[in-house]
Amino acid sequence: MADLRDLYQELVIDHSKRPRNFHKLEGANLSAQGYNPLCGDRVTLYLRFEDGRVQDIAFEGSGCAISTASTSMMTEALKGKTKNEAEALFETFHSLVTGASRPRAGSPALGKLEVFSNVSDYPVRVKCATLAWHTMRSALEGTGDVVSTE
Amino acid sequence: MGITMSEATKTALRRPGSLDIERIRQDFPILRQKVHGKPLVYLDNAATSQKPQAVLDALDHFYTADCSNIHRGVHQLSERATNAYENARVKVQRFLNAADAKEIIFVRGTTDALNLVAYTFGRQRVQAGNEILLTAMEHHSNIVPWQLLCEEKGAQLRVAPMNDAGELRMEEFEKLLTPRVKIAAISHVSNALGTVNPVKEMIALCHRHGIPVVVDGAQAAPHMKIDVRDLDADFYAISGHKMFGPTGIGVLYGKAAWLDSMPPYQGGGDMIRSVTFEKTTFNVLPHKFEAGTPHIAGGIGMGAAVDYMEQVGMERIAAHEHRLLEYGTELLSSISGLRLVGTAREKASVLSFVLEGIHPHDVGTILDQEGIAVRTGHHCAQPVMDRFGIPATTRASLALYNTQEELEALAAGIRKVKEVFN
Repeated sequence: MADLRDLYQELVIDHSKRPRNFHKLEGANLSAQGYNPLCGDRVTLYLRFEDGRVQDIAFEGSGCAISTASTSMMTEALKGKTKNEAEALFETFHSLVTGASRPRAGSPALGKLEVFSNVSDYPVRVKCATLAWHTMRSALEGTGDVVSTE
Repeated sequence: MGITMSEATKTALRRPGSLDIERIRQDFPILRQKVHGKPLVYLDNAATSQKPQAVLDALDHFYTADCSNIHRGVHQLSERATNAYENARVKVQRFLNAADAKEIIFVRGTTDALNLVAYTFGRQRVQAGNEILLTAMEHHSNIVPWQLLCEEKGAQLRVAPMNDAGELRMEEFEKLLTPRVKIAAISHVSNALGTVNPVKEMIALCHRHGIPVVVDGAQAAPHMKIDVRDLDADFYAISGHKMFGPTGIGVLYGKAAWLDSMPPYQGGGDMIRSVTFEKTTFNVLPHKFEAGTPHIAGGIGMGAAVDYMEQVGMERIAAHEHRLLEYGTELLSSISGLRLVGTAREKASVLSFVLEGIHPHDVGTILDQEGIAVRTGHHCAQPVMDRFGIPATTRASLALYNTQEELEALAAGIRKVKEVFN
């Protein structure tokens, strides 16, 4: 049996209660919305993307602990990243939480985001952990569609 | 924390003549299992109920002994299948106290029943500038079909509001009964809040204004005696799977006079009297509304579910659930940071709640680890969530086989949730 404490580690609880970069971003030039109809999670992501890099990133919204913590920690991880680096991080994070595959050689280090490794034991929660990441992708691609993880 | 059950509740739960709960639980094989190493505590009955052995046996018997199409063959199996299916119709007729078995239309479920009424009766009756009256606590299935009809016809939805307890504001409901309203569609019991609406009174008010009433009875049928003639409902919709029967089957009750005057819903086999390429004449009720081979086993299974509930006794089921609801309300109310959503005086056995600072989805995951199955989310009633200014709730919904020990497990599970988040 999976231990709940593996899913709800202190870092996750901390970021869910005190999300970082949790505000509207003045001067954002990219933004996207994400919605998880299963649980009603909503996130609006703001990016200031200049000189080929994420200069600043912030979010607003409401969601469960997994979704909020994942969004909060993603914003920390993405600052200063290029579009390609952000995409690579998405892929690695996605593999981690879906338990799909071992990280490939050359994959970026996830660092603190490893705290979400046990999400793969809770398949219905994968959408919570990945909502912000799909939304980030949509923002960087500039499609402007509302991302739905259902 | 100190949980104190009132002496009256304790006595009531032990009262002789109340349900033999251990015996009832043995009728439901699925309840014997463990989930994550803990005994299953199934508290998601408003989503779907579990099935007693008698229903499983009825399904099995149909497929192993009587499987055949109905209303067609001259052979023995077809006769047996037809009899079993039509007997099930009579069982549901008695269960709802309808005047005639031809007023019982087998459909896929409540959603299908409500769509049937909207697409036939509604389309015939509603014109541009008309209104359809709903309540603020409707399930999406009693909103969307009417919304589609309004878009098609240029009509408008009107919504009767509720108070902070989740009770319909009757004076506001009454104010909305104008000559523009052509249909009222109301739920008997709210799936998200448990509120029991005073449907008899509401129907009488509507009828005084010449407005026919469609009742969504999906959440009422498993919990209380329903008498469509006493209610004077024009239409009443129920789902088999919410009342211990199979999925994919349900019933639309309609007054024969309305059903006769309505055009068919779907065309196909069984719903016709004669077909030529020039002209088709339609079959009599109820077959006019049952095109194609129906869910025969499902109908038979629903009949077995009705038998089962009547054997246990609807009054005893209602009394048992009422005691559980009172006990559960007491238990949950004593948990700090927990707020019950839906506190109507007249309430079915639904405990919808929010925990301060903790999202329902996290509550659901942690309770699942304790073997406790609840529903988290908007319960297909987003307008209800909006009314209370919350994105979602955690909902424990009870049925006849639930026990006070299970409610205690729920309360312990909620305390565990709070520990994880502290």
